[in-house]
Amino acid sequence: MLVRTKVNGEWMTADVWGGASLLYMLREHLGLPGSKNACEQGECGSCSVWLDGELVCSCLVLAAQAHEREVRTVEALATEEGLHPVQEAFVESGAVQCGFCTPGLIVAVADLLTRDPSPTEAAVREALSGNLCRCTGYAKILDAVWVAAGRMREERR
Amino acid sequence: MDVLLPRTLEEALEIKAARPEAVPIAGGTDLMVELNFDRRRPDLIVDISRLAELRAWRREDGALFLGSGVTYSQIVRELREFRPLVEASRTVGSPQIRNRGTVGGNLGTASPAGDALPVLAAYDAEVVLTQAGGRTRTLPWHAFMVGPKKTVIEPSELILGAQWRITRGPGSFSKIGTRNAMVIAVASLCLVIDEDRRAVRVALGSVGPTILRAPEAEGLAARALADAGTWDDPAAPLPAQAFQDFGERVAAAARPIDDVRGTAAYRRHACAVLARRALAWAVNDRITERRGL
Repeated sequence: MLVRTKVNGEWMTADVWGGASLLYMLREHLGLPGSKNACEQGECGSCSVWLDGELVCSCLVLAAQAHEREVRTVEALATEEGLHPVQEAFVESGAVQCGFCTPGLIVAVADLLTRDPSPTEAAVREALSGNLCRCTGYAKILDAVWVAAGRMREERR
Repeated sequence: MDVLLPRTLEEALEIKAARPEAVPIAGGTDLMVELNFDRRRPDLIVDISRLAELRAWRREDGALFLGSGVTYSQIVRELREFRPLVEASRTVGSPQIRNRGTVGGNLGTASPAGDALPVLAAYDAEVVLTQAGGRTRTLPWHAFMVGPKKTVIEPSELILGAQWRITRGPGSFSKIGTRNAMVIAVASLCLVIDEDRRAVRVALGSVGPTILRAPEAEGLAARALADAGTWDDPAAPLPAQAFQDFGERVAAAARPIDDVRGTAAYRRHACAVLARRALAWAVNDRITERRGL
């Protein structure tokens, strides 16, 4: 079936199998492999994207459900000028090890800091509770959140 | 596999009338797992996630109607006064899951571990089902969910929502699991105090084939509150034995099994602990409320 979706600002059409997930459509039909395919059951958060502005696991969205809707993926964060502050902070803080969870976490952190520029630690832990990382032990990821939060607040001034 | 994208509830119901085998998808947090893991291959899926009629809630005549498409994030944002429901919603999955998962999904899947279900049971909620031609029927929650993952919904019907009489008084939802997020309940409990009827209502999740109420424990707690004079004066203390007895009666109402998430014995124990805590919180909340804090 034909699915027409606005992805990272551009309308795209894909001819997908009815049972395909949004994640599969992004990765295998639209050439956007940034969102990762890991657990396929919403446990790990590595496929996190925005659907109409809401943070979702793209593995749990039927591709057809994104028809005539707007999707933003991790690929939308970096610009010509450089990385998004959250991406910079992850690199600088050593929050990336194997890297598989990184795109999902970056999307989740960007989502949090857009809604709540100065989150408490409890709010950060809550916001990232749906994103699993098996390498870092999360300490460096939390460090990256504080760095990114500071930088995004600066940018807003 | 075909997917249909109705724009209105009426269109969706016409699809269900013509093709009753069509499987509805809303948040997808249950169905997509089955598709991704090749456990289910329906011929036809009908997307009900864009139906505005299902995504609404409203108060009418002292009751709340909660549309089946209302997500857990929406509940947390918009229905703050329904504290047990908000507390249960906050324990669902992760932010990503709460942004998609719906109360209708909990009802349709009818897992005894569905987090919203003990709350609906403690509220004495009714489930509203609808089909083409404007035919709707309303069933008490226990007549709708009749076993593990088993409901009496007809293939041509969709779940319109749940509704309950709004009561005055404190309440809570608590849940046992291995972590604070992304956890399927090992045991869960919702306690609601109905000040006007001077009643206590307790419902249990994940400790039986379906959601269970604990009527004996409810009666015992209401009598204990009366005997101690606590209904009239929230500060009048309830004897320690009352909490103990209440916990035991609640645990006795559980019908748990051993499974991968926990043993029956642990679940029964957990019910007693959750029940004592929930009653203590409710008693304290009544004192706080009386003082106007």
